Amino acid sequence: MTAAIEVRDLRFAYPDGREALRGVDLAVGQGERVALLGPNGAGKTTLALHLNGLLEPASGEVLIGGLALSEETVTDIRRRVGLVFQDPNDQLFMPTVAEDVAFGPANLGLRGEELDAVVADALERVGASELARRPPHHLSGGEKRLAALATTLAMEPEILVLDEPGSGLDPAGRRMLVETLAGLDVTLIVITHDLPFALELCPRSVVMDGGRVVADMPTRELLARPDLLAEHRLELPYGFTLAHD
Amino acid sequence: MHAPDGFLNAGTAVATGVVSAGTIGMALRQLKQTMSEKVVPVAGITAAFIFAAQMFNFPVAAGTTGHLMGGALAAILLGPHLGALVVTVVVAVQALFFADGGLTALGYNILNMAIVPAYGGYALFRIFKRILPNGRGGIVGATALAAWGSVVLSAAAFSIQWLFGATAPIPFTRVFAAMVGVHVLIGIGEAVISALAVGAVLASRPDLVHGAKGVALGEGTGKVPMRVFVIGGVLVSLAFATIVSQFAVDNPDGLEWVAETEGFAEQGAEHAWSDFLFADYATRGIENETLSLAIAGIVGTLITLLVAWGILRAFRERSPGATA
Amino acid sequence: MGAGHAHALYVHEHSPIHAASPEAKVAAVLLFVLSVAITPPLQAWAFGVYAVLLASALVVGRIPLRFFLLRLVGILPFILLALMVPFVGSGERIDLGWVSVSREGLWAAWGIIAKATLGAGAAIVLVATTEVPAVLAGLRTLKVPSVLVAIAGFMIRYLELIADEMGRMRQAMTARGHDPRWLWQARPIASASGALFVRAYERGERVHSAMMARGYTGEMPVLEERETPVASWLAVLAGPMVAAVVAVIAVVGS
Repeated sequence: MTAAIEVRDLRFAYPDGREALRGVDLAVGQGERVALLGPNGAGKTTLALHLNGLLEPASGEVLIGGLALSEETVTDIRRRVGLVFQDPNDQLFMPTVAEDVAFGPANLGLRGEELDAVVADALERVGASELARRPPHHLSGGEKRLAALATTLAMEPEILVLDEPGSGLDPAGRRMLVETLAGLDVTLIVITHDLPFALELCPRSVVMDGGRVVADMPTRELLARPDLLAEHRLELPYGFTLAHD
Repeated sequence: MHAPDGFLNAGTAVATGVVSAGTIGMALRQLKQTMSEKVVPVAGITAAFIFAAQMFNFPVAAGTTGHLMGGALAAILLGPHLGALVVTVVVAVQALFFADGGLTALGYNILNMAIVPAYGGYALFRIFKRILPNGRGGIVGATALAAWGSVVLSAAAFSIQWLFGATAPIPFTRVFAAMVGVHVLIGIGEAVISALAVGAVLASRPDLVHGAKGVALGEGTGKVPMRVFVIGGVLVSLAFATIVSQFAVDNPDGLEWVAETEGFAEQGAEHAWSDFLFADYATRGIENETLSLAIAGIVGTLITLLVAWGILRAFRERSPGATA
Repeated sequence: MGAGHAHALYVHEHSPIHAASPEAKVAAVLLFVLSVAITPPLQAWAFGVYAVLLASALVVGRIPLRFFLLRLVGILPFILLALMVPFVGSGERIDLGWVSVSREGLWAAWGIIAKATLGAGAAIVLVATTEVPAVLAGLRTLKVPSVLVAIAGFMIRYLELIADEMGRMRQAMTARGHDPRWLWQARPIASASGALFVRAYERGERVHSAMMARGYTGEMPVLEERETPVASWLAVLAGPMVAAVVAVIAVVGS
């Protein structure tokens, strides 16, 4: 079974010289749900941006569903890998939410009734149908997150990468998000600082630090390793300890 | 200023409309080539920045406040084509959505508030940059002078349009004197704000200052060279001298009244081009007409040359890495 | 100049004008404004007709008068300018009580005020009855280049965000005792503006990435295909067509 995502010895430095990725190796199987954890500046977002070709590696490879990322394949890969940015404002740029959700599928060639159906469906899946005609700048933070998710889902990606999807959401919003994501039939990569969130949604956790993968294990196992957590600036919220089954 | 509908006559509205549409169309085509998919998001969001910056009051004196026009600033930061386009969209949106400026006045409003300040301001920027010492201080200084100049050019351009399209019996010379006079002062605020803003961008992301491309910023201190103040002083004085001289000459009211009552005004109107080209009001009076044409000719040519040169430079710079 | 909140310009109502297609409304406003602009001020009767047309639009569109008048505030500087014209204008002078004014100046002032008010008024009617996304869609339908409409749309979309950032920066400065009254004290404001420009530009780049991630190729995709029936066009354009006829009569008759 081809891995959904395969990253081999990925290296990348920003124009200002900052080395963000120093040889990342990662393999994610189809349908897996993986939490990507680590301190700020570890390279998590940078890695995410490589997964749909927004950034080009200095060296190393990225394979999506066995397909190597290159100039010819990038358009196809962008359809397969949906990226939900950290700041939903960056993803909601059209005059209305419906137009934003329609943007992706329309670029893929959908029109008319077919397009409308895809838009309605995506909005319904995230429970944001009533937001359709609203301008994005009038939405609350949580509503923006759902709308941003809808814009990506509308493209029917096989792989969904979310960058800090829970930040700025109130508990009810987070619940809604977890439920929505749990109900999706996609390979999931979630960048988050929220360990309970990671535990609830992702059986597997990958920890990055200093541009490399430093840990890769079941989430439960990771949370039972306070030494590892501390080493990479991860913390369970105060008062929480892991219940042992 | 966002002139309302019918402020200038139909001919002027159409002519300036054609010039504006043509210029922006050309700029847009050029940008699609150089920036392709980046045009829409970058232009849109920086336009929002310019709009927001224009809304902002900055102190001028004793609690009174002024506003930024932003044409030169946009051109220096983004490059003249993008700068002109961005301010054009700002002006158009203000007219359509905020009833700020007439829809039929868009031709001259865009010409005066976007095209002339952006391209003309950019041309001035390049001229001053050459005169001033290399480095950060030189760029900031050139920005100040260019921004001031762009405001004055804008006022002068409007005045020249008044010559052709006046809808009120105020002679061109008087409009010119008043507009340019006021804007010589307003331009100082624009100069300071633009220079400080460019300086701030240079400090954190010098790669985002189009006008700094190819300049070795390490050289020189960040201090604005003294030359800037000297040049600035000279320019402001020149401008004032021009305006004062207008008032000196513009005193034929007595003569006008006589001309009116004795029918000499008819003779003025019979000047070959007047009926067709110039707004009767603006050239009222025999004396004023010759003077008006002279001033309009010189100033108009200067503005046209500067704007055209700004446009040409913008085209020559399109290849990345092209030297200054 | 100009409110930062475009939604404050829209009146939430149900009216025939609200329901009309946006492209028809935009075309209507343009036709009306054009008619007003070319009418010679001396043909004062024409402006009476225009005023009646505009007033009926306010009534049919259920636009509150107070709201309308408040939005007109933007033309106040030009009204003041216009009022000066009779006093400084050249040409034959007539006596009004104790003061002498230029006759042509009076007509010119009347013209400026009338046209400014009607022109701005029409734009206000449009925006009060048509939400921003609809106006943008209308412009696209009227063949305004989609790149320009897209840029305008993005500008409006991100305006509040940037204006808020600016406002917060000012607040933070004021909270630290910065109360500038003179130009040279504007340094922190201008520096802050520079920082805001950088943020705006960087956001532009991120939005560009987001667009590319969703398959953007440089051409804005067509999201909506709509046909407005001719009858609907005619209904909306009826008033402005009257204005156009009036304008022609006025121009010819002067």
